[in-house]
Amino acid sequence: MATTRAAPEPTTRRPPPTRSRRLTWRDRLHRFDVRYVPYLLIAPFFLLFFVFGLFPMVFNGVVALRHWRLDDPELTGWAGFENFGRLFTDGDFGNALYNTFGIFLLSTVPQLLLALVIASMLNRRLRGQTWWRVSALLPYITPITASTLVFNVFFSRDLGMANWALGLLGVGTETPIDWRADKLHSWIAIATMVNWKWIGYNALLYLAAMQSIPRDVYEASALDGAGPWRQLWRITVPMIRPVVIFTVVLSTIGGLQLFTEPMLFDLNAQTARGGAGGEWQTVAQLIYKVGWKDLNLGYAAAMSWALFLIILVVAALNTMLTNRLSGGRR
Amino acid sequence: MLMGRAPQDTPAGIWAYLFLSVSALFAAFPLYWMFVIATSTDEATAQLPPVVIPGDRFLVNLDEVFSLQDVYFAASLVNSVIVATVVTASVLFFCSLAGFAFAKLRFRGSRALLLFVILTLTVPNQLGVVALYIVMGKLGWNGTLLAVIVPGMVTAFGVFYMRQFIVNSVPDELVESARVDGATTMRVYWNIVLPAVRPALAVLGLLTFVATWNDFQWPLITLNGTDYPTSMVAISDLASGNYVIYRRVLAGAFVATVPLLIMLVIGGRQIVRGIMEGAVKS
Repeated sequence: MATTRAAPEPTTRRPPPTRSRRLTWRDRLHRFDVRYVPYLLIAPFFLLFFVFGLFPMVFNGVVALRHWRLDDPELTGWAGFENFGRLFTDGDFGNALYNTFGIFLLSTVPQLLLALVIASMLNRRLRGQTWWRVSALLPYITPITASTLVFNVFFSRDLGMANWALGLLGVGTETPIDWRADKLHSWIAIATMVNWKWIGYNALLYLAAMQSIPRDVYEASALDGAGPWRQLWRITVPMIRPVVIFTVVLSTIGGLQLFTEPMLFDLNAQTARGGAGGEWQTVAQLIYKVGWKDLNLGYAAAMSWALFLIILVVAALNTMLTNRLSGGRR
Repeated sequence: MLMGRAPQDTPAGIWAYLFLSVSALFAAFPLYWMFVIATSTDEATAQLPPVVIPGDRFLVNLDEVFSLQDVYFAASLVNSVIVATVVTASVLFFCSLAGFAFAKLRFRGSRALLLFVILTLTVPNQLGVVALYIVMGKLGWNGTLLAVIVPGMVTAFGVFYMRQFIVNSVPDELVESARVDGATTMRVYWNIVLPAVRPALAVLGLLTFVATWNDFQWPLITLNGTDYPTSMVAISDLASGNYVIYRRVLAGAFVATVPLLIMLVIGGRQIVRGIMEGAVKS
């Protein structure tokens, strides 16, 4: 790491007594500039992080151990582990956890595999290279609120394009699929939205990593006579393993906190119930409902902590799993 | 196809172009269709096979959105512009300052503090929203734009990104010689660092603007039901109710998407670069 050597400190030499006042003032200024200004430059980040990042995380733990309701400020005091204990018997929480993992599986696996394939195509010598890359980011810059509403029209039961297209293929021609009636179909619809949003973004991450693989790695593989498909799985994927793990961790963190898509997939979005019977209510959505619809902040805080721990565990497990699958045995 | 050649040197075949074209079509279609519905009548949106040609009712639909009494859609667009602009300007300023300090200045504990910044990148701070809401309540900021502006004014990603860029793009000798000439830290920042990091500022600015404009969960929690929603909150409001009129909702959604489309057209190259650089550094 390159660092600049500061100019030698003038305070060490003694200036002639006649000019001492002026020099001292300048020396002080200089010393302040060299010693303390760096801290001033980085202070805004640490200040904001402590007040709006770290403190809320810690304070969340305190709230979780207390009775804290927005509609009943009188009801305060320590609740002990009551809020946490309730999680184990709360059917809504179990259901939300089940939905979150279901949608997570349906979105992450196809998302990252397709991103790999697209990245490998973008990695070829291509006409209009920039154009292809920019177009991969169209979904990334689109607000999720806006795209989810388009998908709502797409997945409508009677007039939706999804059912119409499936009908052309001979699927569901007698009774059209009601995408909001059961878990599997609503999960597929929501996973489609998540996939649409993130495939291009992940493809660019993979592409960046693929381009930093030295050419001679491929040239050496000529001896094996590796075709493009085997080349991708045998050479490219193991070589970009760190980025693959990075995207797995990113999508774990993002996927387990899924909020906007399930919120707006509900035709009556502001209720945050995720379907008439909670078919696709995610944990993040349930936290919002418990906190700001049922006004029970204490319980919502406990739920947030539980989700945080679950994310940590799943991210660690997925890292290990990906490491194995993408060639970590070598 | 020749064997043993790096993919970068292998010309893409017809299948690759076909596959990429289909993918691009899938990526663009929802946006295009949003525009189609936003310009259509109710009858046109209720037809099968679906109408895929834009109508001529965009202004009519838009007028309906803007004249809805309790949604404040026009005001919400102004709010979004304010929030995204202030946050972006602030992120660029504070992150380039901190990045400069971490990259080129010597001070005790700089390594440990930088490590701390990097570690905070991995903390999903969305999980503190309950307590954040209580903190904002104590400050009296819930329901005001301050609640969505202040927490985003400087980000760990921005500090780290600027630091990485400055380490490589600002020569040490230049900083040193300016120091010898008696330049203060701030003068070095202003005269030497800022001009050198313009490309990185463009990338970080675009990424920050897009992320801030699209933010939904926290704005919904703190601004919902108030007179100061951002456009994302207003859209969710439009989409809530027993009977949602999609040509109207999507006209609003389209207007809220246009600024980002313009950014992609102007700065697409920079956004692509920013994302790809982030990947290699991680």
